Amino acid sequence: MQSSAANRVGMALYILFLMVPIYWLINLSFKTNPDILASLSFWPQHPTLENYQKIFIDPDWHASFLNSISYVLINTVISVAVALPAAYAFSRYRFVGDKPLFFWLLSNLMAPPAVYAMPFFNLYSAVGLFDSIWAVALAHCLFNVPLAVWILEGFISGVPREIDETAMIDGYSFPRFFIKIFLPLIANGIGVAAFFCFMFSWVEQLLATTLTTVDAKPIAGMMSRAYSAAGLDWGLLSAAGVLTMIPGAIVIWFVRNHIAKGFALGRV
Amino acid sequence: MTDNRVWDNRAWFFVLPVMVFVLFSSLLPMMTVVNYSVQDTMGQNNFFWNGAGWFANLLDSSTEAGQRFQGALLRNLIFSFVILAIEVPLGIAVSLCIPKRGWQVGAVLVVIALPLLIPYNVVGVIWQLFTRTDVGLLGASLNALHIPFDTRQDATSAWFTIVIMDVWHWSSMVALLCYAGLKAIPDAYYQAARIDGASRWAVFANIEFPKLRKVLVIGMLLRFMGSFMIYTEPFVVTGGGPGESTSFLSIDLVKTALGQVDLGNGAAMSLVYNLITLTVCWIFFTYTTHADQRKDA
Repeated sequence: MQSSAANRVGMALYILFLMVPIYWLINLSFKTNPDILASLSFWPQHPTLENYQKIFIDPDWHASFLNSISYVLINTVISVAVALPAAYAFSRYRFVGDKPLFFWLLSNLMAPPAVYAMPFFNLYSAVGLFDSIWAVALAHCLFNVPLAVWILEGFISGVPREIDETAMIDGYSFPRFFIKIFLPLIANGIGVAAFFCFMFSWVEQLLATTLTTVDAKPIAGMMSRAYSAAGLDWGLLSAAGVLTMIPGAIVIWFVRNHIAKGFALGRV
Repeated sequence: MTDNRVWDNRAWFFVLPVMVFVLFSSLLPMMTVVNYSVQDTMGQNNFFWNGAGWFANLLDSSTEAGQRFQGALLRNLIFSFVILAIEVPLGIAVSLCIPKRGWQVGAVLVVIALPLLIPYNVVGVIWQLFTRTDVGLLGASLNALHIPFDTRQDATSAWFTIVIMDVWHWSSMVALLCYAGLKAIPDAYYQAARIDGASRWAVFANIEFPKLRKVLVIGMLLRFMGSFMIYTEPFVVTGGGPGESTSFLSIDLVKTALGQVDLGNGAAMSLVYNLITLTVCWIFFTYTTHADQRKDA
């Protein structure tokens, strides 16, 4: 199919719809608060880096960015590592209780974080992990482990099982086969699963803010500082918002060639 | 799950790590909730048995808790259906507009995927800044055109903002899912259609839509669940107000359980809430496994 003019116009309108609110955020981030309140304008009248400066020189902001990135990365590594053998099992074997177990996993993917906020608070306080990046990293496993299992199962089922059998006949032990032969075959799937785990852990804020107070404060926790008694610090809020979009944009750029396949979760 | 699988119970060893994690992060916390849902407390950690009392409260619309819960449930169901009705057709339309080849493909995919990777609270901030009447482009422009609009005072404005925010945030996910489905259609199908002189609509109805059915089921499930558990974005923009007009299930639950520390009502709400999501998930699961079997047969 050739892309027609109507398609181009449609896509341009959709992208405009997506970009205008983001543009407004970027616009505000380069203005001072008096400027923001004085008048509406499409570009900063007195462009300033003051808002970004405030963030870059404050160690609390550094710490919160670092906290967020740390729990996201820990969570991604744990989720994918734990999900790999399970996805292999679901794809290749039948065993007692496989279907109920798969359903139970899937149902956790759909569980509302609000339901878990209170019990997680109790649980992580009880085991002494409250207000640590580990609490958030583990809490996000609630939905990311099932998600990774689901995605990887789709990709693994796309690899013919004859490959497993041939490797066994050639005398590979299972661990060696899995690491040397199988993992490279599903490298795309692992990348896609890691992308989704990163995404859902990075964007989730309810559990992240409930399970932390001071030491492991995520960006969302820091951003609520802009809502102070003295009124809203619009410029600071916008600048922080712009900065939180950067990691996501970088990650998408790296996986752009796999996005299409990835979003089908390996099952078209 | 394809069904040329070998019967082997040793596969449980592979599943064991996942089991440990999910037991710790799902079953264990759920037991605390069940525990609270059947007890009452007078403070000082003294709990006593309350049986099904909290649940009876929720189902009885004459009690305060029941009224709140049922109101939030109804609002949330309406919200979810509005979201599905807009995002699914829009997502399909956008996926059909994605360029087919060339450098634009990558660029367009990156740009439309961007909203998906913005933290939920920042999505809220973006729309708060965009729709406020004093510093927001949309809010101020609408008011300048003498259209009454104030997200913090007027329930219609609040709903409009939250719906359009969700459309902005998630339509791209439906579009990307559909795009993946469209990519799986061999070029030969389109060539055959061209030779037959099929209209654009006939191509969509007979070639593209059938291929999209499977990804659309996934997309609808994800969007239903996403909108049914929405919390952070509306909370930042409206805080559940004005009044209770945008306080959806999660917002109400967090207010009850963490805000007012009303553990009994909060726990009972959690369980009913979870039961609803579980039911929807079950319907989806049986539907897809049946569809898989039909395909394999």
